[in-house]
Amino acid sequence: MFPSRIWREKAQRYRLEAGKCTKCGYIAFPPRLICPECGVREFETITLPDTGKIVTYTVIRVAPSQFTDEAPYAVGIAELANGVKIMAQIADCKVEDIKVGMEVVIEFRRVQTDGHHGVLSYGYKFVPKWY
Amino acid sequence: MRDVAVVGIGMNKWGEIWAKSFRDLFVEAALMAIDDAGVDRLDSMTIGCMTGGLFVGQEHLASMMADYLGYKNLPAARVESACASGGLAFRTAYIEVASGMSDIVLAGGVEKMTDVSGDGATYALATAADQEYEVFHGATFPGLYALMAVAHMEKYGTTRDMLSSVAVKNHHNGSMNPNAQYPFKISVEDVNNSVMVASPLRILDCSPITDGAAAVILTTVDIAKKLGKPIIKIIGSGHATDTIALHSRKDLTTLDGTTVAAKRAFEMAGKTIKDIDFAEVHDCFTIAEIIVSESLGVFEPGQGGVAAQKGETGLEGSFPINTSGGLKSKGHPVGATGIGQAVEVIKQLRGDAENGRQLKNNPKTALMQNMGGSGGSTLVHILEVA
Repeated sequence: MFPSRIWREKAQRYRLEAGKCTKCGYIAFPPRLICPECGVREFETITLPDTGKIVTYTVIRVAPSQFTDEAPYAVGIAELANGVKIMAQIADCKVEDIKVGMEVVIEFRRVQTDGHHGVLSYGYKFVPKWY
Repeated sequence: MRDVAVVGIGMNKWGEIWAKSFRDLFVEAALMAIDDAGVDRLDSMTIGCMTGGLFVGQEHLASMMADYLGYKNLPAARVESACASGGLAFRTAYIEVASGMSDIVLAGGVEKMTDVSGDGATYALATAADQEYEVFHGATFPGLYALMAVAHMEKYGTTRDMLSSVAVKNHHNGSMNPNAQYPFKISVEDVNNSVMVASPLRILDCSPITDGAAAVILTTVDIAKKLGKPIIKIIGSGHATDTIALHSRKDLTTLDGTTVAAKRAFEMAGKTIKDIDFAEVHDCFTIAEIIVSESLGVFEPGQGGVAAQKGETGLEGSFPINTSGGLKSKGHPVGATGIGQAVEVIKQLRGDAENGRQLKNNPKTALMQNMGGSGGSTLVHILEVA
């Protein structure tokens, strides 16, 4: 994976930066140039909340090559406190314990490694909210 | 706009076709369609192919296929919308004939998927999803449809056996299709006990990796009459996109692209779902057929799985779906799938479906729905015997 491709997404993957439409309040993650709800092109930069609830999930057993060492692993969609939905892996729990409605915290984690000598890709994963 | 008819169909045996090349697969199906139509010329050709580049390292395939079809200097183009590329080729050819730009157009589809490893195919197919916000996190295509399945099961109580009943029905139909990749019957237990791919979806919930091609010839109704072929008209064409990423959708249990594309096709045809006798739909996974049947309006939301389990979508049911065996049994050479659907629809409307899978009520009106990615592109067409 080319470093520029990872570098371009760092504000989203490292800091959860999103764009909030200045007219209708639509939150774009990742940020967009034009609001799909009202057509306005002005956004303010906001940070997504770091908690949410799992709305659906799957446990992937047949994995792409860069994830085979981690299989089986869970991928889910969480709805955050502000209504935005994002996708990520669900980590730090047994896959059997995952349930729809489970509360999660979004944490900064390593997501991919590009072989033994390639670039490490960081981003976010969901972990169960135990506290 | 001129009235347009489908006058020729061509499709070879789909499967793991090691002995045939990408170009020969396509040319074989194209020649079958040309021969079936009895046309002595083509004015143009449109080919659906998702990713010849990733599967066989071959882009610019319009030039190659026109060349190997023996049509020097033919205007030809390749169109792409992931797994909906074939449906898009059909619509593109339809618009070209309807507009008056060309009189006889070949709409084809082709994909050669087994020259790469399973991992290579997973990578190529995943390019139809959002690379940075889905695939980056380890999502696969079975995974994306599994996310829809879990949401549907949570909201409506759709069960494991309901999913399995879709695969069982499609394999039953496919067992009568000589072109199907997997023309054998399976049981609910076979599906329930097959290897887990992405929970809750098991390997027998998934359509296979397939080599294959299909082609149809579109022309004006006037020319069709001169050819002496049964006149089967395209009376509705609908096309819609939806968000590329699944998580951007408000409702994970419906496919809005399908609903909107169908609405456009119905409005154009002056029909409703009640006027449709049967359908070929995009069952890339069992859950897809269930959700599509609801999004088309065949069944109420949440009732698609119940209806499938009751046999409503079987050959003898109230609304037969995927008489060909669907993507599940017939195979899913992604760029060819939309045209493969057209081949089955035409066979049924002509009364020519093989080996006892011909619908008995003299079907007159059919719908076909072909989608790409997790529903980010959808084509719906309605065909009717004139």
